[in-house]
Amino acid sequence: MRTKVILALCLIAGAILAWNLHTMFLSVPDEANQGAIFRIIYFHVPAAITSFAGFYVAMFCGLGYLANRNLRLDSVAAAINEVSLAFASITLVTGSIWGRIIWGIWWTWDPRLTSYFICLLMYFGYFMLRRGIDEPHQRARMSAVLSIFACVDIVIVWKSIEWFRTQHPGPVLSIRNGGGMAPGMEAPIWWNLVALLMLSTALILIRTRQQTMQHEVETLRRYAHAY
Amino acid sequence: MTQAGSIEITEKPRAAAAPRARAGFLRQAFAVAAKDLRSEMRSKESVNASLSFALVILLLFSLAFDPGSDQVREIAGGLLWLVFAFASALILNRSFARELVNDCLDMLISSPISAAQLFLGKAMANFVLLIVIECLCLPVFGIFYNVTWARRFGLLFLVLVLGTWGLTVIGTLFSAMTVNLRLRELMLPTLVYPLIVPVLMGTIQLSMLLINGEPIGQDNQLWFRLLVAFDVIFTILSVAVVETVLVG
Repeated sequence: MRTKVILALCLIAGAILAWNLHTMFLSVPDEANQGAIFRIIYFHVPAAITSFAGFYVAMFCGLGYLANRNLRLDSVAAAINEVSLAFASITLVTGSIWGRIIWGIWWTWDPRLTSYFICLLMYFGYFMLRRGIDEPHQRARMSAVLSIFACVDIVIVWKSIEWFRTQHPGPVLSIRNGGGMAPGMEAPIWWNLVALLMLSTALILIRTRQQTMQHEVETLRRYAHAY
Repeated sequence: MTQAGSIEITEKPRAAAAPRARAGFLRQAFAVAAKDLRSEMRSKESVNASLSFALVILLLFSLAFDPGSDQVREIAGGLLWLVFAFASALILNRSFARELVNDCLDMLISSPISAAQLFLGKAMANFVLLIVIECLCLPVFGIFYNVTWARRFGLLFLVLVLGTWGLTVIGTLFSAMTVNLRLRELMLPTLVYPLIVPVLMGTIQLSMLLINGEPIGQDNQLWFRLLVAFDVIFTILSVAVVETVLVG
């Protein structure tokens, strides 16, 4: 059943992504000021939203673990954070490529870029911490606490664009005030978001299954040592 | 517990009278802080290491740029806070690690004080130690780099207090989190520095203005607000989760 769900999610996500690529490259015209490179937004923004959504869901899984002490929730949290970290890296890389063309530089220490980079570093720390602890419940507790701290820090990341002067472009989506994209141009962003969320769910399911198996192997190994 | 006698282990928090319970809460936290400070005053191991490390960093900075140029005054705030951040790692690392000998940490956890009291006590002790180190580093920095730092000392001290508390509260919690880990010394800075970046941004910005004797405009008051908000949020959060971290 689970394999079928994963397969279905991957197939639907793949179909939406293929259709979106067709729309992006053949239907949507070049942007007036930026030219062809603006299309990177169709992956940059959905990947950023997916990663942020993931970090928060993982935090709630961590809170769930702290409330129930169910190791399964910790496995889910770790899987979500892994996938979110991958999407955060995609955001940073696509943003960097866009910056090279539009700003002429790969990287600038703009507050939002810096904050996003910090966010990435925090989650590298998260996985370092997980690797450093062998006892599953201790690992789950510390990971949940770090996840809470990181998520509170992300709020500062999110607000930074409004708090500080910045050279990062302002919000362009219609759900936020001041959105400036034509509906036809904006639609593929949302479709890509749907596809990426489905893809990340499939990846999370796969990783959770692997984590659960790993727990079982560790338990069996401990039994084997005990006898 | 290196100074077992200084903790009132027979006294339990009285929940009936709220003000008295609150006073008891703080008194126990102060007892932990006093124990840590007394132990540090006798051994001086963290303070000496941290202070010498700060001096080494001040020396190394002189190699990175021309120490006599006017540029130093512009980046003085940044240099100072990097020194403080590096020096703090040594103090924070020792904070809980020193309790590992003779299973003192287990004794502290099983003593009739809450994890929050233990945490606040440790944080206060670390805070005092860091402020002392910072106040010792300031004149040395001024002499080495020919910077007049005392022009607006009142406000600069406020920035030191706010910034150091932010740094301490996160650092002490993560010191508790990493105390039993392999590679503890490596893990703590890697986890703490990304989290305290907002504090460092605020303090560096404000210190830079204050050392140059410039007024803090409307724009930069935001940084004060950021520092206060950061301190309040993370103090509450740390006190809330420390029981989970230390006890389980």
